[in-house]
Amino acid sequence: MITLDQVTKVYSIGGEEVRALDGASLHIAQGEFVAIIGPSGSGKSTLMNIMGCLDTADSGIYELDGQRIERYSENELARIRNRKIGFIFQSFNLLSRMSAEENVELPLIYQRLSGRERKQRVAEMLALVELSDRKSHKPTELSGGQQQRVAIARALAAKPSLLLADEPTGNLDSRTGKEIMALFHRLHAEGNTIVIITHDQNVADQAPRRIRILDGRVQEVA
Amino acid sequence: MLWQCIKMAMKAIASNRLRAFLTMLGIIVGVVALVVLVSFVTSAGDAVTDQVEGLGTDLIRVSIIDDGGRPLQLDELPAFTAHADIGAVAPTNQISATARFGHESGQASVVGTTFSYAGISNLELLSGRFLQTADVTNSTHVAVIAESDAEELFGTSHVVGAELALDGRPFLVVGVIADQESLTSLLMPGYTIYVPYTTAVRMSDNLASAVTTIMVSASGTDMHAAETAIDEMLLNRFRRDADAFEIFNQALMGEALGQITHMLAMLMGGVAFISLLVGGIGIMNIMMVTVTERTKEIGVRKAIGAGRWSIMLQFLIEALVICLIGCLIGVIFSLGIIEVASIVAGDLMDFHLSPGAVSVAMVFSIFIGLGFGLYPANQAAKKKPIEALRY
Ligand SMILES: Nc1ncnc2c1ncn2[C@@H]1O[C@H](COP(=O)(O)OP(=O)(O)O)[C@@H](O)[C@H]1O
Ligand SMILES: [Mg+2]
Repeated sequence: MITLDQVTKVYSIGGEEVRALDGASLHIAQGEFVAIIGPSGSGKSTLMNIMGCLDTADSGIYELDGQRIERYSENELARIRNRKIGFIFQSFNLLSRMSAEENVELPLIYQRLSGRERKQRVAEMLALVELSDRKSHKPTELSGGQQQRVAIARALAAKPSLLLADEPTGNLDSRTGKEIMALFHRLHAEGNTIVIITHDQNVADQAPRRIRILDGRVQEVA
Repeated sequence: MLWQCIKMAMKAIASNRLRAFLTMLGIIVGVVALVVLVSFVTSAGDAVTDQVEGLGTDLIRVSIIDDGGRPLQLDELPAFTAHADIGAVAPTNQISATARFGHESGQASVVGTTFSYAGISNLELLSGRFLQTADVTNSTHVAVIAESDAEELFGTSHVVGAELALDGRPFLVVGVIADQESLTSLLMPGYTIYVPYTTAVRMSDNLASAVTTIMVSASGTDMHAAETAIDEMLLNRFRRDADAFEIFNQALMGEALGQITHMLAMLMGGVAFISLLVGGIGIMNIMMVTVTERTKEIGVRKAIGAGRWSIMLQFLIEALVICLIGCLIGVIFSLGIIEVASIVAGDLMDFHLSPGAVSVAMVFSIFIGLGFGLYPANQAAKKKPIEALRY
């Protein structure tokens, strides 16, 4: 369902070129659980931004669900992010003024779902991440692990075809990190397609398929 | 979506109340200035118009400017009342005199007139009688005085039968009338005392016996018919010389005053509008800061799937809500100020909120919210998602 073919992304800072992605090719099928590993600065986040339609490649082909993501307008990209992609960030990125419930509801508001449908879906998602009893809590009233679970519920709310997580355990202690990884395994078992970016070998080892990225190039890890 | 945006805006405002209030302050001050100033002007205008109408809108004043050597005599006047459209006619003249009672004395404007004047000017007799035809015929030294003037000069309003001196001549008070809330009594200090027309003529070296000012009332409510009638009769009297006299219709004066207050209200409104604009600039300033501060939030929202338009709407509505809340607070403050002003002014004037000013303030607040919110909202909407997320 995801195909990258010879994707490049070049940043130029002060006349100097940085090839963040240098001909990256990759195929991920429906229902896969993939870990992308690589040292800091190797282009992992750049890859994720392109896969998540937050950014577009300079050259090469990116196909999501059989759709070529190329010169889409900003609003069309927003629509694709809203329906097909669920983001999970290292720093959770919950909106601090809103309760857990309201954070999870947000993508559904942008989908223009009715109030009743939203309520139902939010309750379902919070139950899935076992946070039904914390639905009215603000992010500051939740632990790091709980915040990340709210973020996962938010990413899942729109029933996306792809879950993208950039260092989801990076800000968590190892025990909480394990809990979050367990949650990903469960979601994978339920049929979700998951791509996790990490520089932590332990986290990567838990994924059925591992891909290494080095200097903007992708290679399969046996 | 709209309702969601309003909820988000309320939440954002509630999360930083002090800043929101300070932002609103400009709008509040602008709205208060607009509503209070315009309300004051229209209230004052209404009061003046009321007083002019109190003089009787069913009143026409005629000034003889140039009689062409054929002065109008007192005994010609009854002929005018014969016309079906004319109710009553009364000549008036006016001199200034010193009124004295015992040790109390003051400047008085002495109005010489006839019996008909009481009816034409809606004078309300409290005790005694008004000037009578015999008083005019015999030039008697009788006077009619207003209640508050009597209290001031005599220390009581029960003064029928008392004597006062006008420029040293003794006058018998024969009647007391209710105070007239007339424009002239407001503008001119001193007593107003009515004496027979002929008596006033004799009191002054400058007054001729010829009639130069006539008050005319309509027989019914048709002012125009009465005006036409008196005009026609005077034209005949003065050999069709239209410049011989001038007809002054009280109703027209009311209209003119209305126009003046309207213009004044517009002027005040214009000045207040400038302060409202300054308030709008304050909102724009804070919205720019807010948009920068919330760059991360904008990035997260965009990552989750918010389109350009959703972000735009969110910040635009936030600016609009700030403006409208400010407007509401401003209107409430204005109500308070007008209430206090009414209490302070007492009987002198009745201040009331001008609904027109409130609606104008409302509409302007909406336009200012949209106008000054547009630029910051667009700045927010056009942020690139990855760059905003990295903020
Ligand atoms: N917006 C940007 N502007 C310039 N250079 C960038 C930008 N984003 C990333 N880079 C560069 O691209 C390379 C890859 O970055 P990134 O994908 O964030 O790596 P990773 O997530 O693996 O640490 C790095 O050398 C980084 O400095
Ligand atoms: Mg990274």
